[in-house]
Amino acid sequence: MSDHSLASPPPKRRFRIGRRVLPYLLSMPALLVCIGILVPFVTAALYSLQRYRLSQPWARKYNWGENYLNFLSDPSFWNTLKISLVYAGTTVTLELFLGLGIALLLQKRTRFNNFVSIMLLMPLMTAPVLAALMWKLMTNSGFGILSYMVSLLGIQDFRWASSPDTALLTVVLVDIWVYTPFIMILLLAGLRSLPSQPFEAAALDGVPRTFVFWKITLPMLMPYILTATLFRLLDSIQQFDIIYAMTQGGPGDKLTVFQVEAYLNFFQSTNIGRSAALMMILWAITFVLSNIFIKNWLKLRERAR
Amino acid sequence: MYEKEKDLVQSFLDGRLSRRSLIKRFAALGVGATTAGTLVNMMSTNAMAADFDWKKHSGTGVKLLLNKHPYTDAMIANLDNFKALTGMDVQYDVFPEDVYFDKVTAALSSGSTEYDAFMTGAYMTWTYGPAGWITDLNEWIGDSEKTAASYNWEDILPGVRQSCAWNGQPGGALGSADAKQWCIPWGYEQNNLAYNRNMFETAGLSVPTNLDEMVDTAAKAKASLDGVYGIGVRGSRSWASIHPGFLSAYANYGQKDLNVGADGKLSAAMNTDVSKEMHAKWVKMIQDSGAPDWSTHTWYQVGTDLGAGASAMIYDADILGYFMNGGDNKEAGNLAYAPFAANPEASAPTPNIWIWSLAMSEFSKKKDAAWYFMQWASGPEHGLFGATQMDFVNPVRQSVWDDMGFRDRLDKSYPGYVDMHDVSAPGAKIQFTAQPLFFDLTTEWAATLQKMVANEVPVDEGLDQLADSVNRQLKEADLG
Repeated sequence: MSDHSLASPPPKRRFRIGRRVLPYLLSMPALLVCIGILVPFVTAALYSLQRYRLSQPWARKYNWGENYLNFLSDPSFWNTLKISLVYAGTTVTLELFLGLGIALLLQKRTRFNNFVSIMLLMPLMTAPVLAALMWKLMTNSGFGILSYMVSLLGIQDFRWASSPDTALLTVVLVDIWVYTPFIMILLLAGLRSLPSQPFEAAALDGVPRTFVFWKITLPMLMPYILTATLFRLLDSIQQFDIIYAMTQGGPGDKLTVFQVEAYLNFFQSTNIGRSAALMMILWAITFVLSNIFIKNWLKLRERAR
Repeated sequence: MYEKEKDLVQSFLDGRLSRRSLIKRFAALGVGATTAGTLVNMMSTNAMAADFDWKKHSGTGVKLLLNKHPYTDAMIANLDNFKALTGMDVQYDVFPEDVYFDKVTAALSSGSTEYDAFMTGAYMTWTYGPAGWITDLNEWIGDSEKTAASYNWEDILPGVRQSCAWNGQPGGALGSADAKQWCIPWGYEQNNLAYNRNMFETAGLSVPTNLDEMVDTAAKAKASLDGVYGIGVRGSRSWASIHPGFLSAYANYGQKDLNVGADGKLSAAMNTDVSKEMHAKWVKMIQDSGAPDWSTHTWYQVGTDLGAGASAMIYDADILGYFMNGGDNKEAGNLAYAPFAANPEASAPTPNIWIWSLAMSEFSKKKDAAWYFMQWASGPEHGLFGATQMDFVNPVRQSVWDDMGFRDRLDKSYPGYVDMHDVSAPGAKIQFTAQPLFFDLTTEWAATLQKMVANEVPVDEGLDQLADSVNRQLKEADLG
């Protein structure tokens, strides 16, 4: 034993410790990032279980699920849920149709198409809150260009975001203006990366264009469509800046989507408990939606293999 | 400075010469009004230093959180005098109003020691005070070691001063004996009438003296003047739409937002018969003659529409009319002012007021030094400087309102402004009930008004629904 130990020196202790710790060290950055993300999340979750108003600090206590239970009998919460879903559904559907249509028009690589696709990205480079303020000016009843154009069509006194009948339409239009280019550019990239063989074969066989679109283009493009839809849906259901800048959630309660309601509860009413509970519900909705989309996306990928 | 000018200023500071006489004599010596004002301000600063140890915190720095506002501009323009007087350094961050109060809430709720003092509205102190974020300033105001005798706290208009003091009890009277002075009034706004004289002359309109006349006049203005709407009032879905003209009119009918029971419990008071009648008139006025996009109108649109000639009159903050009568505004020089009592049976106006105030952060590590800044900024010398040299209007001090130079300046360029202020100042105060749910309830009130104007709900029904909701929220918060 002693001969052996003399012949070969014992392995360095430091190295053995390093090997044991190495996996933890390697995962440390991810762990730190995870903690950075989870701390605010857990804090919000805890706040949502409290009766917590900054203006009544003496009344702060855990009321557990009471904030959530109160939502069940609160018409304004159901209104918020409805408006948020309608807004997200409407904007994403319309943007998807428009984005796909524009992408199909610009599919062929020409100088003109490349130039137009770059120009169409301009709204996406505008901060949504600035876009909203710009549209607010354009829809101003006194001097707005859009109000003037609508009046040329014989529609007088069109009140855009000021009327409960057209407020949703107005903010949806702004959302479409800002975000359609996002879907367009994703789908355009998808269209241009599709393999050319199926399309060449279809062309040789004289297959009608509509058949090619429905049976070849659309199925092959579906992963891109799902990705674009997922991103936009998650963003749209959390809409704040456009709606708040244009109407602050009004007229009445017409546009009190989750983020606007939570913001007003937090910063204006300083009702931290209710605001946090609203945000947790919004998180749950986005979590469920993400799961649905990701599962479908994985299925499509499997089928493609 | 020449001896003659020095003697003149000294006579003024000693009270042997009025401001008007001082300016006349300066004019005779070939000194312009602006230069004269600057000389007076400089010598006032020297005089202040004589009776109080202003250098006590020399070398100390304080940091302020400020809203972008003419009051801020006036303070910054005079800040060198404060630095010379005290030897202190002052740093500040200025934010636009859209994000200002979010910044304040974030700074205070996190217990940040970055800011020693900040601008606030009195309503906000109903949150900040009970939360323990701001300091009761009575301790400093009443301490002759820390407050100069010349500060003259009683000189601040009583209704304004008391509106910044609350005992923290929901429903507690503002300015009560046990009230804490959460903030110091800096500048304030009454809500009255500002109208376009040219438009009124063209359309043959008389200045309305009550709400019924206002409804009629606004309708006639809209009918007679091409492309002009009759009356500008705020309409956005915010508490800020309730507190100006609307609540001033509402209070003039003797109505309250909340009842305070003998047991201290609060309950909604906005669905009385008189309230419903008043609301119906208000709603009709907006429907018939308000801005087409009224429901998005904040103070900014109300003001700029008057300045741009898009509206014939406004019932809003008087200083909006003041600012729109100058600068590059299209209607500059064409605006006039009148006090307004909505209720024909009321003897005088009862404007609700907005007070830009200064509050001290509870988390400040330099409270005594911060108080030195606060008492200087809200003191009579800076008030007079701001009112006569800058646009520090409306001043909160009676001595400034009594100053003939200030009154002459207003009379010359803002016809009716001084009279309007003098008539309505005695009844001017915060007309709301002080309580922690102020922003929740007033925002919902604004949303209900929007529904009424859009004919989504009848006035009677809307107010009953609002009262039910208010009572529910008060109960949930153990206030009702």
